[in-house]
Amino acid sequence: MKNSRPQAANYFPRDRAWHPQAYAPGYKSSVLRAPQRPLIAFANTLSETTGPAFGHDLIGPLDNDLTLNFAQPGMSAIGERVVVQGRVMDERGQPVPNVLLEFWQANAGGRYRHKKDNYLAPLDPNFGGCGRTVTGDDGTYAFRTVRPGPYPWPNGPNDWRPAHIHISVFGHAFAQRLITQMYFEGDPLIPRCPIVRTINDPAAIDMLVARLDMDASAPMDSLTYRFDIILRGSRSTLFENRLEGN
Amino acid sequence: MTNVTPGPLYPFKESPSQTAGPYVHIGLTPNFCGIEGVYDQDLGIAMVSDKTRGERITVEGRVFDGAGTPLKDVLVEIWQADTDGLYNSPAEQRGTADPAFTGWGRCAADQTTGHFRFETIKPGRVPFTDGRLQAPHINIWIVARGINLGLNTRIYFEDEADANAADPVFERFEHKDRVATLIARGGNGKYSHDIHLQGPQETVFFDI
Ligand SMILES: [Fe+3]
Repeated sequence: MKNSRPQAANYFPRDRAWHPQAYAPGYKSSVLRAPQRPLIAFANTLSETTGPAFGHDLIGPLDNDLTLNFAQPGMSAIGERVVVQGRVMDERGQPVPNVLLEFWQANAGGRYRHKKDNYLAPLDPNFGGCGRTVTGDDGTYAFRTVRPGPYPWPNGPNDWRPAHIHISVFGHAFAQRLITQMYFEGDPLIPRCPIVRTINDPAAIDMLVARLDMDASAPMDSLTYRFDIILRGSRSTLFENRLEGN
Repeated sequence: MTNVTPGPLYPFKESPSQTAGPYVHIGLTPNFCGIEGVYDQDLGIAMVSDKTRGERITVEGRVFDGAGTPLKDVLVEIWQADTDGLYNSPAEQRGTADPAFTGWGRCAADQTTGHFRFETIKPGRVPFTDGRLQAPHINIWIVARGINLGLNTRIYFEDEADANAADPVFERFEHKDRVATLIARGGNGKYSHDIHLQGPQETVFFDI
């Protein structure tokens, strides 16, 4: 009977000391939004080890080009032209192919196209701020954008977000679902940011800092930043009944 | 490599999470926040079609902070089995799920009231690790400003009392009174389910 077959538990537990703490008072918004009771753990079931799939046919030709996907014909967004590229892998170093990545960011002046953002920097009429792509068979991805500006935000008396791109990642399982942020190598605002500092381990913060890759940069066109993303790994092995792995 | 080499067993650590922030809509529901013309429509807004099999249901609710204020900037994703208990996922090995039902939905809360709402179907039952059937449930993932790592919880149904009473996940609860925080109220296809991030009614969140 198809519905009674047991399913092996298989995703590595999340290292919750490595992730930011839910309650991080330096980031004031977390104070009333952090659960206070212990999380309840149980072995992965199919509810956790399955997840939605999005095909390459979802992606339009400009979806991964934020300089053009909101621009008027013949126009493009203002700012430092940047390509972000990297690989999505799991904790075992296996590529994670065919998964949806979604990106959003402020424009080159640090302003979001959102009615809640009233920062005095101007909107760019040719920049929307969203993009998406699906990883290739080897887990690689790339998108073109402009480098977002830093922006001030109401937290402490003078807090600024470093330049960052928000990235949402689907894995192959709902248990791998992740949203994170990408920062830019050398930005002096990174160590000052209360949101960055919700992460305790400097090695974990370093994983969110994209590196300038001059060799991959296109002369007279754009700088390339390299940003690999690691999702939870799983314990599937040849000794389990799913020989093809995942 | 030998087993006495110090250091991590696996080459990488998971990328640490960061909050989705207050402008998550730009990336995940751009049409909802007025960024039109980039994507045809926002993903995950329509879960059922005429062809979807199963009992139509609606689930609506709000997410409350520790001061009792609804989150108006929250984004909720759900993931559930089809009416036969099969997931529409490449990792589903037991059979083929209803092709007219992806099982995945995404909803940005109403920016005035904080309500989320899903039109979906009642999910079938899915086995636990030992093969026993779990009670029908919808898996939820919640992100927002102030939430540093997405929160995982589930929605069960008040009118599935027998299945709920035998659910293997509920068995793990030391404090049985907390089961009630996961059970959507209602029947006849209409359910309401509020989620509390803190306080005496704090919803159970899972470390999955
Ligand atoms: Fe931001």
